[in-house]
Amino acid sequence: MIYRENGQFKTTYAADQQIFTIAQDKWFVLGLIAFAFIGVPMLADEYMFRAILIPFLILSLAALGVNLLVGYCGQITLGAGAFMAIGAYAAYNFMIRIDGMPLIAALLLGGVATAGMGILFGIPSLRVRGLYLAVATLAAQFFCDWAFLRLGWFTNYSPSGSVSISNLSVFGWSIDSPIEKYLFCLIFIVAFAFFAKNLTRASIGRQWMAIRDMDVAAEVIGIRPMWAKLSAFAVSSFFVGVAGALWGFVHLGSWEPAAFSIDRSFQLLFMVIIGGLGSIMGSFFGAAFIVILPVVLNQILPALGALVGVEISTAGIAHAEFIIFGSLIVFFLIVEPHGLARLWAIAKEKLRLWPFPH
Amino acid sequence: MSRIIGDVILDLQNISLRFGGVKALTDISFDIREHEVRAIIGPNGAGKSSMLNVINGVYHPQEGKIFYRGEERRKMEPHMAASTGIARTFQNIALFKGMSVLDNIMTGRNLKMKTNILLQALWLGPAQKEEIEHRRKVEEIIDFLEIQHIRKTPVGRLPYGLQKRVDLGRALAMEPQILLLDEPMAGMNVEEKQDMCRFILDVNDQFGTTIVLIEHDMGVVMDISDRVVVLDYGKKIGDGVPDEVRASPEVIKAYLGAGH
Repeated sequence: MIYRENGQFKTTYAADQQIFTIAQDKWFVLGLIAFAFIGVPMLADEYMFRAILIPFLILSLAALGVNLLVGYCGQITLGAGAFMAIGAYAAYNFMIRIDGMPLIAALLLGGVATAGMGILFGIPSLRVRGLYLAVATLAAQFFCDWAFLRLGWFTNYSPSGSVSISNLSVFGWSIDSPIEKYLFCLIFIVAFAFFAKNLTRASIGRQWMAIRDMDVAAEVIGIRPMWAKLSAFAVSSFFVGVAGALWGFVHLGSWEPAAFSIDRSFQLLFMVIIGGLGSIMGSFFGAAFIVILPVVLNQILPALGALVGVEISTAGIAHAEFIIFGSLIVFFLIVEPHGLARLWAIAKEKLRLWPFPH
Repeated sequence: MSRIIGDVILDLQNISLRFGGVKALTDISFDIREHEVRAIIGPNGAGKSSMLNVINGVYHPQEGKIFYRGEERRKMEPHMAASTGIARTFQNIALFKGMSVLDNIMTGRNLKMKTNILLQALWLGPAQKEEIEHRRKVEEIIDFLEIQHIRKTPVGRLPYGLQKRVDLGRALAMEPQILLLDEPMAGMNVEEKQDMCRFILDVNDQFGTTIVLIEHDMGVVMDISDRVVVLDYGKKIGDGVPDEVRASPEVIKAYLGAGH
């Protein structure tokens, strides 16, 4: 009843090319962002910030980057974890090697360095595609695991192999408390989501999607495959690299290469598949599903057990968590192979007609 | 008709194309004049689509020369051919299935869009202005092809005839000099064919676009084309105005077999 676009006429192309063409969508998302900035800091406790919200935000950013490459440009990658690592270590090196390096500049430069590596590891995509490309990008993962473990320069010859960053501050604002860290990440993710949306609705985004959907036809209408694919690798890696730098600097504080193992690459790819390939919103859904659901299950299961009078052991909870989580993934993929974002779109379609079925 | 057939715009000389031991095209020469409708016909497997692929740079012939506007064309990639003003549609529709009709046609404007990736990410002035400018052009094409009602529909959901029309729209968005149409009417019913003929003739007439057409429907070919090339087994067996070609014994033999 409320979700209607009746009476919302557009008289200019600019109006028709907005991010949200339906007013309710716009207000909903703006409201959500406002709530995230104002409401959440008042409601959440420290555990929520540390264990759920900050990881969720940073991994959403990484998933967004992966989605640009996999979902929009159709190039499968299994190297996302490696690109996060490159972002983190590059930002770390910019931070410690250049005096007075501002934090934001270091994070962004980490992203730029990752973009360069992304282009390098994206070169095989000009020749191979699909699963073969996935295997080729795996090389990035193994190479980075090795490089950050064995080449001392990257870790500033730290004897333990782990590196750490402390005293984060931006323009005199020192970022120590979980709330501040959360807000700092939130600013990044909102800005980057906006950039991603702009790219995907502009000419570059159409080039990526054209390459994804039909590369021969794309070339025939004048899209250079090399430019389209490598720019997708670069932009995607930039996003993932910045996410990696945030993960290291803000979330972990000190880390070693294992923090960006191949598990992370798979996790990011799953987020994108479950959330919805080729959807900005989907990246957030996917990240939420994978980060938040296990925690929620962990909290709910003992309560459920108590309700039916069964005491579940801690180990039992951990096992049940895996089982339920796994079956939910299977369930969602069967119900909607196009991901949670498609379910969301279908729900909106239905809502437009509700309460009349036709 | 008011249009005037101009000079030779594309001249193909002694083109031979082989895939390993298979000879797809053997020593084929013909030319295409500006503003004309040039049909390529022939039985299945005669090398018609290969010929189009040679023209727009997908295949590289081993022998022969191609002159485009009087200049010999060197090694050519499809996107380079596109930037010199050669557009094409496909036999099996090759639209971008995940995108809307509007976005598909907007993709055809790609070569004309110049703002850089940073401006696009920030959606700053020039990028936005460019987007609107090209949207206006695209809407003209949408009006021309009478597909206003489906502009926001994902092309995967459209019926076949409309998809063919969108395919044409995407090629037109490039404002091509030469438009290559690979069986634009295959699988259509009579009304759809009539519509498509009308669009092709209108494009030719209004925009002066040179059209190279592959088609199996002889009625259509003889009706709308100015000159016809006939291929059979990768060789040229006929070339001329429709009536000449229809009367040629070689062509009759290729289509109907010997002894008629």
